[in-house]
Amino acid sequence: MIEVKSLAKRFGTKTAVDDVSFKVEKGEILGFLGPNAAGKSTTMRMITGFIPPTSGAAVIGGHDILTESIPARRKIGYLPENAPVYPDMSVFDYLAFCAEIRGFGRADRNRKVEETLEKCFLTEVKGQTINTLSKGFRQRVCFAQAIIHDPEYLILDEPTDGLDPNQKHEVRLMIREMSARKAIILSTHILDEMEAVCTRAIIIAKGRIVADDTPAALKTKSSLHGAVSLTLLGGSPESFISKVSAINGVASAKILETEGEAFKVRIFPDAPDAAILNNILSTLSDNDYRPGAIFVEQGRLDEVFRRITA
Amino acid sequence: MRTTDSMTNILAIMKREFFGYFGSAVAYVFIVIFLMLLGFFTFYISNFFEMGQADLQGFFQWHPWIFMFLIPAVAMRLWAEERRMGTIELILTFPVTVWEAILGKFLAAWAFIGIALVLTFPMVITAAYLGNPDLGATFCSYVGSLLMAGAFLSVGIMTSSLTRSQVVSFIIAIVICLFFILAGFPPVIRALSGWAPAWLVDLVSSLSFLTHFMSIQRGVLDLRDVFYYASVIFFMLFINSVVIQNRRTA
Ligand SMILES: Nc1ncnc2c1ncn2[C@@H]1O[C@H](COP(=O)(O)OP(=O)(O)OP(=O)(O)O)[C@@H](O)[C@H]1O
Ligand SMILES: [Mg+2]
Repeated sequence: MIEVKSLAKRFGTKTAVDDVSFKVEKGEILGFLGPNAAGKSTTMRMITGFIPPTSGAAVIGGHDILTESIPARRKIGYLPENAPVYPDMSVFDYLAFCAEIRGFGRADRNRKVEETLEKCFLTEVKGQTINTLSKGFRQRVCFAQAIIHDPEYLILDEPTDGLDPNQKHEVRLMIREMSARKAIILSTHILDEMEAVCTRAIIIAKGRIVADDTPAALKTKSSLHGAVSLTLLGGSPESFISKVSAINGVASAKILETEGEAFKVRIFPDAPDAAILNNILSTLSDNDYRPGAIFVEQGRLDEVFRRITA
Repeated sequence: MRTTDSMTNILAIMKREFFGYFGSAVAYVFIVIFLMLLGFFTFYISNFFEMGQADLQGFFQWHPWIFMFLIPAVAMRLWAEERRMGTIELILTFPVTVWEAILGKFLAAWAFIGIALVLTFPMVITAAYLGNPDLGATFCSYVGSLLMAGAFLSVGIMTSSLTRSQVVSFIIAIVICLFFILAGFPPVIRALSGWAPAWLVDLVSSLSFLTHFMSIQRGVLDLRDVFYYASVIFFMLFINSVVIQNRRTA
């Protein structure tokens, strides 16, 4: 378990992280979200022991990162922001160095490196000098470094930054696959990624936690959540609006766009869990409207994100 | 348990840094310049052949001055480069202590300079061929030179931790090294003894790399001289560790 207790970091008079607390258990993938300069990287740097907190503590599997630094660090795999790697080493030598630092003896080392190269799709470039690699490959080398010792805790700062869509997909699969035996914290700016990968999300703004929930629960905070969108293939928009507005449980309805005869309407319920779909459907059939498409909105994360971090 | 771990960590970092020198052109450029400068000063300025005594004094006397320029160049990348590239964030979150990282880097650079020093052996052979140099004193001088190189290096690695710019590190290191040389440079001592009390002159000159190097060159490896270099190295590496631990970020 990673336990973060009231972490705070001040740079001069500026507070970058302010009283951040949370716990991550094995099996969880915690997504760290927030606008630029929210303090995500700073928090991760404190958890991994790179910079000491101004106050508070981070406990990694029972070891405090400051007072029992070495045992705590042994359990962590860390991918820093921008994936720093030594440019003048070959991929293989670099990973062999990391394996050595992680305590693998001469016998295990090469096997471990080969295994990790395979996992991260790096085998074809293993003899290449790192500074001749493309950005995405460098990112993968640094990712490989983070998982080479199969750590219990993984801290990944924007792990899919700079990867192509296929690689993003591969990395997400890999993260999910590993998550059963690990506690993982990752930061990202991609909301779809958070939704696809994370079991839980923490949104942080100006150094403070403003939301801590599952992606699904976060979506329900959206004003769109529970709204019904439908496209009608004909009829008068105005009279339709007045009809649905009268339905029990509907707060409002508005026309989104019209295209020839057809038009698109969104109907908002007066409470998120009001069951308005049935009533809308019967209104449609009673009045012989011809629906082209109809669906219930789950809510949009980008809207929630914007609202709570602005 | 912990000490073998420490050894493994120091060795891993040392190996990486050491082969890093040879992976780039730095190593070869350094060695060639070092040998050429030493050769030039020894043969043309000290008139090695014409002295007629085949004494290695004229060879060793140049070491401090050449070290003053070349060793800061060897040391400047050790931390500054890690800071500039951000790799410091990885090395300092690996399960290694700051001291292990510092010692690994320091020993790698020291071993590298040791190799450059070993490559000067043709000088000894020439001297032995021309005359009859005191081999004991020669050996001591080499040990002294290596110790002195360690002291220069410790200054260089310390200044390297202060900045992300290799050039800045290089310049600060040269200034500090110059002070450590000049404090024992005979013309400076002479100027100083004109007005300063004797104890002050002694104190200043005892702080100098030069004074202790000259004392070792006489052919006795005095424990006090060894202790002096060891303390300088320890002190500089200690400052290095404080700087690294108190850095605010990369
Ligand atoms: N060494 C430092 N000195 C001064 N201020 C710093 C330092 N490091 C970070 N900060 C400040 O702390 C705040 C948080 O930075 P941080 O890098 O944690 O943001 P972030 O959430 O990771 O942003 P991004 O999404 O852009 O990566 C920023 O305002 C930044 O300027
Ligand atoms: Mg960041």
